[in-house]
This record gives sequence, structure tokens and C-alpha cells, in this order.
Amino acid sequence: MKAIRYQEIQGNSFGYFALLGILGLIVAAGGLAAFYMEHNGHWVTGMTNQVVWGMPHVFAIFLIVAASGALNVASISSVFGKKQYKPLAPLSAFLSICLLLGGLTILVLDLGQPDRLIVAMTIYNFKSIFAWNMILYNGFIAIVAVYIWFMLEKRMNKYSKYAGFAAFFWRLILTTGTGSIFGFLVARQAYDAAIMAPMFIIMSFAYGLAIFILVMMAAYNWSGRELGDATVRRMKNLLGVFVGAVLYFTLVYHLTNLYATEHHGVEAFMLRDGGIYTTLFWWGWVVIGGVLPLALLYGPTGDNRSAIGLASVLVILGGLATIYVIVIGGQAYPLEMFPGKIVESSFFDGGVKAYSPTLAETLLGIGGFALALIMVALVVKVLRVLPESMSDAIADPHYKAEK
Amino acid sequence: MKQDTDMNRRRFLGQAAAAAGLTVAPGVMLYEVQARPADQAATSKQRWGMLIDTSKCSTGCTDCVTACKTEHGWGSTETKSNAEQQAQWIRKVKLTDKQTGHVQSLPLMCQHCETPPCVDVCPTGASMKRADGIVLVDKHICIGCRYCMMACPYKARSFIHEPLMNQKPHAPRGMGTVESCTLCVHRVDNDGIPACVESCNAKGHKAMYFGDLHDPNSEISKRLKEFGGEQIRADLGLNTGVRYQGL
Repeated sequence: MKAIRYQEIQGNSFGYFALLGILGLIVAAGGLAAFYMEHNGHWVTGMTNQVVWGMPHVFAIFLIVAASGALNVASISSVFGKKQYKPLAPLSAFLSICLLLGGLTILVLDLGQPDRLIVAMTIYNFKSIFAWNMILYNGFIAIVAVYIWFMLEKRMNKYSKYAGFAAFFWRLILTTGTGSIFGFLVARQAYDAAIMAPMFIIMSFAYGLAIFILVMMAAYNWSGRELGDATVRRMKNLLGVFVGAVLYFTLVYHLTNLYATEHHGVEAFMLRDGGIYTTLFWWGWVVIGGVLPLALLYGPTGDNRSAIGLASVLVILGGLATIYVIVIGGQAYPLEMFPGKIVESSFFDGGVKAYSPTLAETLLGIGGFALALIMVALVVKVLRVLPESMSDAIADPHYKAEK
Repeated sequence: MKQDTDMNRRRFLGQAAAAAGLTVAPGVMLYEVQARPADQAATSKQRWGMLIDTSKCSTGCTDCVTACKTEHGWGSTETKSNAEQQAQWIRKVKLTDKQTGHVQSLPLMCQHCETPPCVDVCPTGASMKRADGIVLVDKHICIGCRYCMMACPYKARSFIHEPLMNQKPHAPRGMGTVESCTLCVHRVDNDGIPACVESCNAKGHKAMYFGDLHDPNSEISKRLKEFGGEQIRADLGLNTGVRYQGL
């Protein structure tokens, strides 16, 4: 393994500016959508007093979960000492900060009173998981920023391992916090499960790595730099393990619920009768986000870059479907206040709640995603985070030149 | 002029002190004072609660809901929001037993839990419980995240989806914040009872009782002792301030 040379991308091609332009337009559309929602109030969205969290939350939670997972590559190099991951550790750390900022931006802009963010930053109710999360998210950005500094500044390199450890443990706590937003909700049938926290952690590993693989392939491909097969294959194997683990956690979550009669109602809703949620569960969460990527990654196409890229895209789409089923599906199923009774009221008690997202809230969500990506695109242009070459000769410690 | 004002103030302070002294001196006077002065915090001496006798609550009746709308000004103020987005502080729920077909009716609103999940999850502390058990939202620090609505087992809270005008001074409401039943805190603090209970009694239904759960001699405590009272979702162990008979 040779010395790694980090170099900014040139970033003066038509393609690069086109990328910035397209992402910029999406960000602007998301910003306008947020302004429109704030100006009019939430009546212009599909969110109601029945389904209180909608499309913005799906995107925000997906990005926040993925942010923690995007740090995988850096963690594996610093915490588990795998040298071949080290060259891409700075990109991994930057990507995680950018995804987190994108997700948080959506979350803040969807608040009923976003101008009161300062209140949320200064007054804490320490029993609230949201309050913990505000500390966890800000702390994550600070710790990863220090970690990046230690990695990129030669004098500080020797400390980067410790910062990497801190970041690793912090991101595990962070995703535990995100999963616990749902796991600790006793009121709703679909939540109130301790498995939510570890399931969110394993989901973060899969979604974050899928985004990382795509960003890495795009960055190397579009800048004409070399990316060796050894790096890509190692990551795709890891992605496969994570995707399989998500399916395992999904299985355990539903088996546990299916055993208890109390939860048969919500399980029947999710798995059989829930309409869009059932479709999204089986086709999105299980098939597109799980079975198909596994087939692509471990089947005969396993070494094909396009297949690996496609599998990563599918993991992301399946991940969005997963979060949609958890967030919206969990609210659509009625609260069980009166077991054994048919419940009717003017406030829609007892029935399955309808939700159809409007363009504005969807644009806000997509805008946050684009914001994360545009920040990454700018970072690789202005900072030296991308190794000049990731060819096998440079990046693979087991590389042997062919004779 | 300035001197006059000062003298006036002194005289006033002196008289006030004398009055206070006279009031406090006999001691017993303190217990006879019912309404709590505005500058004193609510205490845990009281725990305000409500008891609903479902056997007296008829299916078609919405008198309590109407009274609440009139008292707090919700129900007709939101013109742009659709039915699913409009606020409802109290609603009538019809229950039909799946096996027996037995039909019941009851009003459902904030249950004023002793350990409210909405207060637990609120990041800023806007969702809060007074010492006397009334659960409220401080609309000045509510950021509109709706986590409390996710956490409430009774779907008792509403988010305001549009700008509101002409609000009642005792019931401030605002776009982008969450609201719910206040147990008519403005009336309770002035020795009154909630509008819904008043209306139910005035119309002769007598299905709702309001009072201090900590006072064994209050009518609500006596009734609860004699006839019992159930909580909705008692399994959660929230020790609700609103109890139901015949559930």
C-alpha cells in the first residue's frame, strides 16, 4: 500500500456545474416549498391532526439515519483498524455531516414555529428524546468535525484514532436516540418496541453505506480518477451483510408482534390489509430494499459496478419505503383506546387515517436530500478529501502486481 | 406631583399591609379564602379531576362539545383547514361492543394524566403539568414539533394549521402550535368549573362531575369511592385525572 495523496477535484467541467445547477434548483424548490408552508400554515400540506408527521419527516429521518451510517467507512478504518478503508475515511466523515445537516434542515423547516429554534436550543426538557437528540446531533457534528481535522492535519494524525472511537460510539448513541423516538412511544400500536433502536442502527449501516458507495463511484467516475475493484467489492460485500441484517431485524420485529394477540390488529394492517402500507412493506421494504439488492450483490452480477450501483439505489429507495411505513403507517393505524369496541367520532377515532402528501412537503424532503449532496459536491472541490487514486495498487494492502 | 404620587403609594402600601395583617392574624381566615390569588402558584394540595357517568351520557347529545367551542372559540375559526386538520378539544365518541352490540357514548378530551406522555416527550417543556394536575401547553415556547401528539394515547391534542383571528383573551391559540383541553383553567383559578361540566349539569344530564380528587369530601371523591371510576387505557398506568363510570 502506497502513500495516499489527497487532491481537490478540478470542478470546472460542464458536468460539475450542471450537477451543482440541478442540485441547486432542487434546493431552491425545497426552500420555496418551506416558505410556502410556513407562510400559509400546514393546511396546505397533507398532514393533519390524524397523521401529524408526514413526508418531510420521512426524508428527514431517512437522512439522519443514513448520516450515522455514512460514517461506517471512517469507523471501520479508525475503530477496527482496517487499512483499506482509511483513504476514504475523510469523505465518509464529510458525507455523514452533510447528510445530517440536510435531514435537520428539513426537520426544522417543517416545525410549526421554525423561528423558535432558538427556544429549542436553549430550553431543554431532559426527559424528552427530542431534547437528547438536539444534543446528540450537534455533538455529532462537533465530534466528526474534530475527527476530520485530526485526519487531515498531519500533526494531529496520531490522535485521529481516538476521535474515531468517540465518533463511533457517539453515532451508535445518536441512532439509538433516533430509533427511540418511536421505540419509546407507548401510545401507538406499531411503536413501543425496544427493537426499534437496534433496528434503526442496522438500517443506518445499510442506508449510509449505500449512499456512500454511490457518492464514491460518482466522485471517481465523473472526475476521471481511478477506483479499484478491491475497494468496491469490499464495500459491496459489507452492504450485503447490512441489508441481510435489516431483513433479520424486520423478521424478528414482526414475529414478536405476531406472537402476541394484542398486536394482531396492527400486524394484519401492516402485512395484509393496509393498502399502500402493505404494498410499501412487501415491495419497498422487503423486495426492493432487501431481496433484490442481495440478489444483485451476491448473485452472478456481484462484481459488476453497474449492478452494485443499482443495488445501492434500491437500498435507498427501499429505505425510504421502510421509513414511510414506520412513520406514516404507524400513525395511520388507529389508537386502540377501547379494545373490543367499534369506535366512531367526529375526530376520526377508530378508522384508518388517510394521508396523501402534497407537492410542497415532498419538495421540502427532496430539497433536504439535494442540500446534503450539493454540500458534498462543494466539499470535494474546495477541500482535499478525495484520494487522487483509489486504484488497487494504492488502496489494496493485499495487492500483488500481475506478472 | 412626584411627591404626591410617592405619598399615595406609601398610603396604599400601608393600608394594604394593614389589611393583609388583619386577614392573616385570625389564621382561620386563610382557609376560607377560596380563589387563589393571581401571584400564587398552583399547589399539589389539589388535584383537579373529572368524572363522567357514561350511563347518563346520551349518544346524540353534544352539549359539552358546544359549550367548549363557545368557551374557547374553536370549531368555526379554522376555515381553510379540512375536517381532519381542524382542532377538536373535546369530542363525543360512540362505542359499540363487537360481541354484544351494546352501545355507549362518552366525551373524550385531554385526560390530564398524572404522568403525561406529552410532557415527557416535549423537547422545550412547553407541554407541562401544573402542580394541581392540569396539563397545558405554553404556546410561547411550543415550537410545533407535534411530538406530544405522537405520544398522546388519547389523540387529545390538535395542531393549528392556519392563521387564527379574534381569539378569546383567556384562550390564546396560534398557528403552528399545539393545543388541547385546559380543564378551563381560567375558570378553575376563579373558583369556577369547566364549561363542559357546567353545560352538562345546566341541561339536566348530570353526566359530568368536576372537583378536587385530593379532597375526600368533594362530590367527585365521594362518588369515585362509592361507585368507582375507570381510566381509559389504564394499562399504561398514567393515573388520569378524568375517570369514567360504566366503561
